Amino acid sequence: MDETYAIEMLHITKRFPGIIANDDVTIQLKRGEIHALLGENGAGKSTLMSVLFGLYQAEEGTIRKDGKEVKINNPNDANDLGIGMVHQHFKLVQCFTVLDNIMLGVETVKGGLLEKNEARKKVMALSEKYGLMVDPDAKIEDITVGMQQRTEILKMLYRDNEILIFDEPTAVLTPQEIEELMQIMRNLSAEGKSILFISHKLNEIMEVADRCSVLRRGKYIGTVDIKDTNKAELSRMMVGRDVQLVVDKQDAKPKETVLKVENMTVASKVHKNNAVKNVSLEVRAGEIVCIAGIDGNGQTEFVYGLTGLEPLVSGKITLEGQDITHASIRSRSKEMSHIPEDRHKHGLVLDYSLEYNMVLQRYFEPEFVSGAGFLKKKNIRDYATRLIDEYDVRSGQGPITIARSMSGGNQQKAIIARELDKQHKLLVAVQPTRGLDVGAIENIHAQLIKQRDEGAAVLLVSLELEEVMNVSDRILVMYEGEIVGELDPRTTTAEELGLYMAGAKKTDRKEVHA
Amino acid sequence: MILLIQYTLIFASVLTLVALGGCFSEHSGVINLGLEGTMVMGALGGALTLKALTGAPYIVIVLAAILVSALSGLLYTVLLGVASIHFKADQTLVGTAMNILATAAATVMVKAINMAENPDNVSATIQYVNSKRALIVRIGNFEFNWFMLVAVIALICSYVLLYKTRFGLRLMACGENPQAADSVGINVFKMRWAGVLISGILGGIGGIVYITAGVSEWKFETGVAGFGFLALAVMIFGQWKPTNIGLAALLFGFFRALSNVYSGFPFLAALKIPGTIYNMMPYIISLIVLAFTSKNSRAPKAEGIPYDKSTR
Repeated sequence: MDETYAIEMLHITKRFPGIIANDDVTIQLKRGEIHALLGENGAGKSTLMSVLFGLYQAEEGTIRKDGKEVKINNPNDANDLGIGMVHQHFKLVQCFTVLDNIMLGVETVKGGLLEKNEARKKVMALSEKYGLMVDPDAKIEDITVGMQQRTEILKMLYRDNEILIFDEPTAVLTPQEIEELMQIMRNLSAEGKSILFISHKLNEIMEVADRCSVLRRGKYIGTVDIKDTNKAELSRMMVGRDVQLVVDKQDAKPKETVLKVENMTVASKVHKNNAVKNVSLEVRAGEIVCIAGIDGNGQTEFVYGLTGLEPLVSGKITLEGQDITHASIRSRSKEMSHIPEDRHKHGLVLDYSLEYNMVLQRYFEPEFVSGAGFLKKKNIRDYATRLIDEYDVRSGQGPITIARSMSGGNQQKAIIARELDKQHKLLVAVQPTRGLDVGAIENIHAQLIKQRDEGAAVLLVSLELEEVMNVSDRILVMYEGEIVGELDPRTTTAEELGLYMAGAKKTDRKEVHA
Repeated sequence: MILLIQYTLIFASVLTLVALGGCFSEHSGVINLGLEGTMVMGALGGALTLKALTGAPYIVIVLAAILVSALSGLLYTVLLGVASIHFKADQTLVGTAMNILATAAATVMVKAINMAENPDNVSATIQYVNSKRALIVRIGNFEFNWFMLVAVIALICSYVLLYKTRFGLRLMACGENPQAADSVGINVFKMRWAGVLISGILGGIGGIVYITAGVSEWKFETGVAGFGFLALAVMIFGQWKPTNIGLAALLFGFFRALSNVYSGFPFLAALKIPGTIYNMMPYIISLIVLAFTSKNSRAPKAEGIPYDKSTR
């Protein structure tokens, strides 16, 4: 019996109808270590964690806590064993205070009434000990994503959990917040907590983890010590082939102006101020302009205004010399392709088949509809099949697959296929790689650059610092609805960009041009 | 004037009780659109009790009426619980069905029992003139109704229960984010059942209060004349918060009371507005108020959505 391990998952096999999600996977978490679990989307990381958390039961294999075999049948069992989890989508009640959220489920009661003073003391003590700054009386809906995450961490600590699972914790954070989280994780492990860190971001794993286990298509590939490895090796283990980590591209050769936005102002749906304030920009053919910024600084509303999803309060949009400020979405889409931020809300009709989704913007063209108004099913099928082949969209049943049943990465590929194949002069891509794995990201970046080189104007909106630096030819930073700086990715640094994104730095753009 | 206050208070009591019922159900995540029907069932149970206990000690009559109407309402909302929590049915449809069923069922039952003085004269009316005296204490010209006290107690208890106890915290978590509640070991199904059943109890009591508010007999064919829906409006206007619900209930109760007593005010009578206009007032007011305020209202986030463990 080896007692150096806090938790061991030995030879876990979990089958779902038709697929083996985990095939003989073994993970051993040492006490006090930060153990990364690396794998692409669909590699079985989530399933494995669900088994550990009691949401699923494995068909084969055992789980041991401190060397003793345990059975985990539901999340309460996991809790009793000291296993806590920060879910990718936070499990917080928006209209409750931080304190209420932390104590929910393990409330202290005195004389039938809630006793919050003790809880508050304990939370404040924990928050100080681990450097987890929170305001216990603030409501979740009013605080930053970073503070919400710290609330989740405090929830685990409040329950005296010893084994902490972080499920893709950095996906929602700003660069500065990621840095803070890394420090918090180091503090926690220094205090003897054992951490399982699920991620597909190599930089973060290299920075914070002690060891890393890799899964690929449900199979356990191996566990390596971080100090003995490098990014290239990890990505090879994860994807199964060599991956181009640096985007390969030549300098842009911008030509004529394709998109001109003048003084655009868009109202906000969540507050009374305008979300986009007096923004002007130009995008030329053959360049990738990136709008960088922390989530919620008006990027979404800017794109809504540009693509016609929301009306403008004021301003003017010119595309290819034509005023499209008041044009309908359909007429805009003649020259503008849009890879939307929310692929479920604006990208796909989830309960339609893949083939219908492929012709969503074109079904009314003579190629797909007869004069009498009937759809030409065969043409639609052929067209969809061609796109599926060309863009390698993987799905269970080809063109007749229901979009909802596809993985996120393949849904995104389907949208990209549809938007890129359509005639366009301007491509608006909003967080096109969100939630995708290294292989898919590589592919999408290559597609964007290919679009540029073929003469399209590309407007990329991204929250990922790395993507901003690697892909774009020009960076515009958006902060509180305004463009606060224009940077050249060849000369700027991630730190400088971070300062602009956080609003700590601001330049008058006219000076930049001069 | 005293009459106006008296009617305002009693109608506000009805609205408070029923709106609080809706409030508990919605905070647990279940929309109880069937409050109208729940009231009818509570009213039926209560009215039959009043009729049966004619001549009994006043205290027995009051307590039994409350108990039986609460129980009737509770049993009736089991329908909502089973359909919407257990079978994940559409809550709007279930509620609507409950409203239609309640009035019809009550009518049939009362006709079957047939308490009319002349047995050939089959009617859906129950009379409770004598027992109704048990509910009222005269203080000068003011008729204090025990149900007013019940409403105030319910209001205070609801406030404490929702905001000061473990139960309330957990209940509201289930209505806001059931996944979060589940992840910290709260049984969402149990909490939703609790919310629904409490709404049945309060809705049922609201029913008997309503039909004894101004009259001494009730014709069950009329149901409760939309008061269940008015209570839902009060709940929304009150932002799902007990204190605001109490205030909103007073406002709506006032307009309802006007239609009973406007003829007693010379200047109102002199306006010569038809009585039907006064009758319409609370409903028109609720339309106007909700049209302007519902945009800013903040309903429990997860209400109306059946809880499914597998969605995360």
